[in-house]
Order: sequence, then C-alpha cells, then structure tokens
Amino acid sequence: MTFQSIIFYVFAAVLIVSALRVITARNPVHAAMFLVLSFFTAAALWLLIYAEFLALVLILVYVGAVMVLFLFVVMMLDINFDKLREGFWQHLPIAATVAVLMVGQMALLLAGKAINLKDSAAIAPAAGASNTRELGRILYTDYLLPFELAAVVLLVAMVAAIALTLRARKEVKTQVIGDQVRVKSTDRLKIIKMDAVAKEPPAETTEAEPK
Amino acid sequence: MITLTHYLVLSAILFAIAVAGIFLNRKNIIVLLMSIELMLLAVNTNFIAFSQFSGDLNGQVFVFFILTVAAAEAAIGLAILVVLFRNLKTINVDDIGTLKG
Repeated sequence: MTFQSIIFYVFAAVLIVSALRVITARNPVHAAMFLVLSFFTAAALWLLIYAEFLALVLILVYVGAVMVLFLFVVMMLDINFDKLREGFWQHLPIAATVAVLMVGQMALLLAGKAINLKDSAAIAPAAGASNTRELGRILYTDYLLPFELAAVVLLVAMVAAIALTLRARKEVKTQVIGDQVRVKSTDRLKIIKMDAVAKEPPAETTEAEPK
Repeated sequence: MITLTHYLVLSAILFAIAVAGIFLNRKNIIVLLMSIELMLLAVNTNFIAFSQFSGDLNGQVFVFFILTVAAAEAAIGLAILVVLFRNLKTINVDDIGTLKG
C-alpha cells in the first residue's frame, strides 16, 4: 500500500463520517460545520489526483462564501429545531434501503467486467505543466461563451437574492432619491400674475360690540 | 495504487448518504439544501476523477460551471428561505402547502 493510498483511505473515511454527521446532526449549525469539513476533505481528495485549481476554488467559493451564507441564515432564523426533528428516525428503514441499494448497484457495476474500466493510476501532469493554466486556456477559448453565460447567471442570482430579501419598512423614513432628482422648479414655486392693487382692509366693525 | 474505481465508489457512497439525508430530514429545509450540496459534491468528484484518469480537461470545466450554478442556487434558495420564514414563521415543509389548492 503506497503512501497515496493511505492518504486516500484516511480522507475518504473522514469524508464519509462527516457526510453522515451532516445528515444526522441535531443542531443545523453543527451540520453546516460538518459540511465544511466534507468540503475540505473533498478538496484534499481532488488535490490527490492533480486537480489543484478546482480544489482551491472549492475551498474558496464553498467554504468561504456558500457555507458562511448557510451559517448566517441558520443563525439568523429563530427556529425550534426540536419540533422539526419529530419522527426523524421514522424514515430510517426506507432511507437506509435506498442508500444501500444505490451503493450496491454502483459497486456491482463498477466491480464487474462489463464496463471494463482502466485500472491505471491517475495521469500525472508533465513537469512544469500547470493545471490552472491549462484550464484557463480552454476556459477562455473553447468555453468563452458558456463562461460569460455563467457570469450572467451569477449576476441574475445576485439581483434575485437582493430583490427577494429587500423590504421597505413602513416605520422608517427614508429619502426617495428618484423623486428628489425628478422634481422641477415649477412643482415647488408657483408664480401668479395679479394686479398691483392693495385691497382696502375691511371696516373695523367687530371691535365695538353693542352691549 | 488509487484507481478510478476508488473515486467512483467513494462518490457513489457520498451520493447515497445525501439521498438518505433527504429521506431523513424531510421537515427541515436547511438540511435538505445541505444534502443537495453533498450530492453536487459527489457528482463533481465523479467529473474530476473521470477527467483526470482519462487525461481530458473538459470534465473539469464542467465542474467549474456546476460550482457556479450551485453557488447561485444556494444564494437564491437561502433568500427564498429567509422570505418564507419572515412570512410564515416556520421552515417546516409540512406547513408549506399553501399552493396545494
């Protein structure tokens, strides 16, 4: 057993245990933390077969952004999690059956001779070759249009997320900048043409009230 | 020696765990979203393993796009979750049957 195999088995065991803890944790904050551990371990496994760029992107994007978002939401919402866990183990038989069946089928398929997988080691990159550079080269040439579409998807997602969660509170007084910019001088000041004649003041009749 | 089969079996196990998680956490939307993230991780591991063991980088570009879409999905999903909780004061899936008619 080579050193790489040992590393693979250790990380695979950590990955599976942390994934199991994600789905069974009582507290969603713990579940999110175990999901972070799963992502880190998966990134290490990707590094083991020379996919450096995606391993680092997984850590930066997933652990750095998506999981922080998850944690924010979990901590921000005041949820009674005990009520949500009622009857949690009730569905265990069917869940376990489906999971074991899926793994059994895949293992049967992969171990069988039918699909004839090449049992060779990962193709090591040539000395001086860079996974990041190669990936960037095909991303900016062959996949340029999908790359820009992905940017649009991110932009739309950002606008959608802001638009969904933005709300105007009624009790808060804020400026409406659009109205302020759109206002004209005629809305504020009205000039009326009138004759320059001073009106006679009314006769002082109210002063001397008869008794 | 680590072979392609090792990675494929590992991601099959990971995917099965995520499916079991969806069965178990049927009431809690947050953990459901986390299970979906685990599924995507398993799929991405498959893509990267196939890509590296066959020496073709196109699979890794796919993983890049899956990561992008998954990040967008998580952001919008959590935004919907926040709005839902603000309106209904619950995230129990059983209570969200208003559209059933």
